[in-house]
Amino acid sequence: MTGSAHPTTLLERYATHAGPDAVEQLKQLAARLEGLRVVHVNSTRQGGGVAEILEKLVPLMQDLGLEASWEVIEGTKDFFTCTKSFHNALQGRSITVPEQLLREYEAVNRANAERLRPVLEEADVVFIHDPQPAPLMGLCPHRRGKWVWRCHIDLSRPHRPVWRYLRQFINGYDASVFSLAEFAQPMPHPVFLIPPSIDPLSEKNLPLSSEEVRKVLRDFGIDHRRPILLQVSRFDHFKDPVGVIRAYKLATSFVPSLQLVLAGGRAADDPEGDLVLKEVLAAADDDPDIHILSASHYSDRVINALQTGADIVLQKSIREGFGLTVTEAMWKGKPVIGGNTGGIRLQLFDHRTGFLVDTPEGAAMRIRYLLFNRQRIGQIGRNARELVRRNFLITRQLREYLTLMVTLIHGAGDRIELA
Amino acid sequence: MEEFAIKDCALATIAIGRHAQTLRELRDILRDIHPGCIYHHFWGTLMRPEFYDREYNNDFAAWCHHSLHDNRLAERLAVVDPADYPDLEALRQELIEIIDERLDETEVTLAARADQLFHFTRSVIVVFDTHRRLAHPQELVTALPQMSVGSIFYHFIDARRREPIGVDDFRAWLMGFGPEYQPLCETLAEIDPYFESLFVLRTRLARAFKQYFRPPGKRRAQAGQGDTP
Repeated sequence: MTGSAHPTTLLERYATHAGPDAVEQLKQLAARLEGLRVVHVNSTRQGGGVAEILEKLVPLMQDLGLEASWEVIEGTKDFFTCTKSFHNALQGRSITVPEQLLREYEAVNRANAERLRPVLEEADVVFIHDPQPAPLMGLCPHRRGKWVWRCHIDLSRPHRPVWRYLRQFINGYDASVFSLAEFAQPMPHPVFLIPPSIDPLSEKNLPLSSEEVRKVLRDFGIDHRRPILLQVSRFDHFKDPVGVIRAYKLATSFVPSLQLVLAGGRAADDPEGDLVLKEVLAAADDDPDIHILSASHYSDRVINALQTGADIVLQKSIREGFGLTVTEAMWKGKPVIGGNTGGIRLQLFDHRTGFLVDTPEGAAMRIRYLLFNRQRIGQIGRNARELVRRNFLITRQLREYLTLMVTLIHGAGDRIELA
Repeated sequence: MEEFAIKDCALATIAIGRHAQTLRELRDILRDIHPGCIYHHFWGTLMRPEFYDREYNNDFAAWCHHSLHDNRLAERLAVVDPADYPDLEALRQELIEIIDERLDETEVTLAARADQLFHFTRSVIVVFDTHRRLAHPQELVTALPQMSVGSIFYHFIDARRREPIGVDDFRAWLMGFGPEYQPLCETLAEIDPYFESLFVLRTRLARAFKQYFRPPGKRRAQAGQGDTP
């Protein structure tokens, strides 16, 4: 039974967050897919958003009666150098990938195909995540199932030569999945849209005790008795951290007790990060109430504590993917002031679940509004959490994967009536 | 009387790779777009993440307001009730006429920001039987609050396009019992399906049935007053 007082299965644990009706719907839908052999393939078992989702999505599919499994391709250093370049190029950076790296990319995929071919060719549905394992489909000539390329990247403005090279491996798939229509490229097959989601049971999203939250704030020298603004994101121009500092400075003339926390890990392979960090430090101008947390990594639990301890969360991006940090903050009942771009627009509804802004001035105005009307922080925060509960938990993403599989198996048409 | 079969549904959303930046482009694409797109941008919008008090009942009106900043056109598009049209082709013609009329009125080219294009999408609806059957309308008092929002979409929204009589499945079933449930049908007819989330619609419907089947003297005249999601 779903939603019981002491949940035992993974599905029951999710029912306590998503609601028993949502889990019952998953069971009904999955009953039509019972025994289906589904294989997910990506390039890493740990770390990164894709692995984080698969870690839960695969056991949930198994709980629902599907024969789901997760395979990880093995690569060399050159292979990952190559795919990192793909990743940057697909997001618009002008990069030339050397020929020898492309040959390595293909060779690694051939080697993995040798190992995975029996599983992949027997599967009913294969989900290939991102470009790393994309050539596998062409290397499984006796495949019997449907193959889906799941793109987690914003492909709206790819560096064309790299996209042209990769497209040859992807065109033959039965379908693609993108997070938003804005991120997709035209394809010769159906392009499904499935926004990402957060996992309410992960370390990043579990409720924390106020003692733990205060300890983390104390460790960083942040005063929990004074209002806290937070932005969690890499030091990247697209996240506009300098704009956030400007918004904070504009707001402090009205709320002098305000503190700002900019928490952003730095990727080792991101030289721009150091440059942006320098600009941020210069803009902060040694203000003791601006806390710049710039270590290479913070644990999920620390980020959770910062989000939980904040009064208002900002994500003042100029360009953004889906913006899962927005979703995480909303799940913690925080009003978010976000840049009017990408998937943030799907989550923030002015005055109801947060605010969309286009400028630092706009952000400052909303900060002042919320801190002057403190009861609105609670109201908007509650709305925000409810919006996430209904739309952006992993159970919704799972339902859409199940629906996609039904659609692929039952063929064309706008309406599929299952017996 | 036949039993009421509770069904459920889920939508798969498909990007078709076409988008508009100007009003003229929107009109031109509408002329030959897959009819499933028109369905999606009117009805499918209710299955998308939204907050309760919706401003516009369809994506075309919302885009004209938010991205073209043309409130006059947004208002005209917003009053189009898709249930008034016999099929999606007739609905398509109405949209094109309204936009043409607006294009005739305006001398400037209305355009959206490059990052606020109108992306045409369509949906595939997957319908499945929950195998739950109701013999008497009163059973809906307990069944409705337990239904998924997919069931609410299927029976209360999708039915209007699916069935020739153009009403939701609840009213269609009640009508089959003769005039007995006419007052309940009238209450249901007053629940506007376009401006709230499916979660709130579920609450309103459940309340309407609960109030109707209360012992006489305890019923309130109108359902749905003061609903909260």
